Amino acid sequence: MVLAPSSERTDALDALRRAGAVVRPTVLARQQALPVAPALASLLPEGLRRGGTVAVGPGAGTVSLAVALAVEASVAGSWVGAVGVRGLGLAAAAELGLCLERTVVVDPPPASWAEVVAALLDAVDIVWARPPGRARPGDARRLTARARERGAVLVHLGGSRGAWPQPADVWLRVASSVWEGPAGGGAGRLTARRVEVVAGGRGAAARERRAALWLPGHDGRLATATGQGSAGAGLSARWSVAG
Amino acid sequence: MAGEAVRTLVVWCPDWPVVAAALEAVTPRVEVVRPGTLAFPTRGPARLAGGDEGLVARVATVARAALPPATAVTVGVADGLFAATLAARRGLVVVPGGSADFLASWPVGALDHAPDDLDGAVAGLVPLLRRLGLRRLGDVAAVPAADLVGRFGLAGGRLARLTRGFDERPPLLREVPPELTVEATLEPPAERVETAAFVARTLAAELDDRLSRRGLACARVSIEAETEHGESLARLWRHAGGLGPAALVDRVRWQLDGWLNRSWAGRPTGGIAVLRLVPDQLVAADGRQLGFWGGAREADERAARGVARLQGMLGPDAVLVPERRGGRGPGEQVGLVPAHTVRLGAEVAVAPSARPAAGPWPGRVPTPSPAAVPEEAPRAELVDASGAPVGVGARAEVSAAPARLSVDGGAWAEVVAWAGPWPCEERWWDSDGARRRARLQVVTAAGDAHLLVRESGTWTVEGTYD
Repeated sequence: MVLAPSSERTDALDALRRAGAVVRPTVLARQQALPVAPALASLLPEGLRRGGTVAVGPGAGTVSLAVALAVEASVAGSWVGAVGVRGLGLAAAAELGLCLERTVVVDPPPASWAEVVAALLDAVDIVWARPPGRARPGDARRLTARARERGAVLVHLGGSRGAWPQPADVWLRVASSVWEGPAGGGAGRLTARRVEVVAGGRGAAARERRAALWLPGHDGRLATATGQGSAGAGLSARWSVAG
Repeated sequence: MAGEAVRTLVVWCPDWPVVAAALEAVTPRVEVVRPGTLAFPTRGPARLAGGDEGLVARVATVARAALPPATAVTVGVADGLFAATLAARRGLVVVPGGSADFLASWPVGALDHAPDDLDGAVAGLVPLLRRLGLRRLGDVAAVPAADLVGRFGLAGGRLARLTRGFDERPPLLREVPPELTVEATLEPPAERVETAAFVARTLAAELDDRLSRRGLACARVSIEAETEHGESLARLWRHAGGLGPAALVDRVRWQLDGWLNRSWAGRPTGGIAVLRLVPDQLVAADGRQLGFWGGAREADERAARGVARLQGMLGPDAVLVPERRGGRGPGEQVGLVPAHTVRLGAEVAVAPSARPAAGPWPGRVPTPSPAAVPEEAPRAELVDASGAPVGVGARAEVSAAPARLSVDGGAWAEVVAWAGPWPCEERWWDSDGARRRARLQVVTAAGDAHLLVRESGTWTVEGTYD
């Protein structure tokens, strides 16, 4: 084999490397939407659209729901980042199926929060963001636009109502939740939670949709709930968030 | 599939510097794969010894002569270094062309010993292969190479070659350009291994730089040392180990330690005056950048760049990644560590300092884990129907059924269900570290569920099932 002069060889190698970057396994081929759990498909008529914004919460089940949204994409190779989500339960996230290897967590000082979200939108496919207090309208607009440009999904976790001034493309909220497991007198343990999730949004997603889900189910993962749910002994607290 | 498999002999032995020196009588091209494993191509020596079996007998005799009697030495021969390494484990000679069949019955775990796995990418695929139901190397070899590449990228290509009995990477260039050799003169000559190792660090970094600028890696490095009196020792090393220059410096240390510090015939009389690293068997570098596992993919590279950028913005400890640890509580099982302390994208490691994560943890709260685990557990008050605080007795039972809960001085919520308590006494033998805790799950009328912990007479919220 003839030894080419160094500069030619370097060019050839560069060209090969560039080609290599294009010809990769198509798991991460740029698509319009990221993969999402089938159980959530009915709530997201256009799927988990790249470049879109999703509002989750407020109320019980917000964190689990936000994690469940990202599980399928995470397993398929997407990176996920959390900004300002204090106390994110990583063991629970792993049980729901999240790939911890591709998860990054940042808790910046409030002054840098927006800048950090922007940087993360460049770097990963899904960002969970919880603003410190109320997000500034300018920041919200810029971050929404940034997500759209980069094809990343911005999931903001509702703190108190109105923490995110910009309406999201899709919103999701747990309307009611019933835990199974405790059998009275201290026996048993929490095993599964049946929730009813309400979703709405803008445009094609505007019509309100509902779905009954296990979050988590007995295997720790999100699943569609069918029928009336198992008749486990114990509580039956049902309630609805007004409004 | 193109590429040859060099017929190789592998020796497993203790005290390898002595055996390596002794084997020079058989062949000049003895390679150290790793301490304890020596290898060389059989073509010339086998002819001289009248065949592979003759060669094996000769090597075994020479090795045993150099070692104390009754030392275990095993020798194997096969096409390809990987097959030969496994053959040496069983003391076998695999017929020419028989490597693929020989490898087929080995479990995929044998890939952990792939000698040319520079960055551990192939070994890293083993758990995934098992999950996909591919338990034997033969199963993997039966998968079309194109599918392996499609599924695993470049590591898949290496996997395909390995399981078919070929050498992991076809050598790229036969001639090594002289400008890739790095050399240093030590003045005054180094009497101690550490002094020479210090110089080796600069040399290794320089070599790594020269290679990666050309998009190359090398499968072998010849580490050459000369003393002030002209004695020299050159050893060919398989550059196994994923950390680049650091691994090379380790090998310099091992080689010089073997040479300078043993009291045997070949011991040099002076200090090390010249140290030289010569790359051998160049191969194309496949994206071992940014500390990635299994070769870089576009999403991984993009994430790494973002992490680096955030570290620049906020400081190196501001970007965190998950790490599994041992523990009973949800906050203890998975923690966060700075991203720069791990290989991004590698399987989430068990913290080295911690107790093994898979250990039995009596008192561990079973799954599901709470989705919200506050960094500072807020205080809680739990009272029974009469308003008296609920406690946990010595026999791990509650004083009365919980009826109402207030978290952090907030509004009282009605408890509609509860489970536990689960007592746990940690480190009872350690008067400072002993902890006596009990955990309790409670569900409120609003549908919120919390994991409470009782310690020293107070309740705190360890987690919320958000």
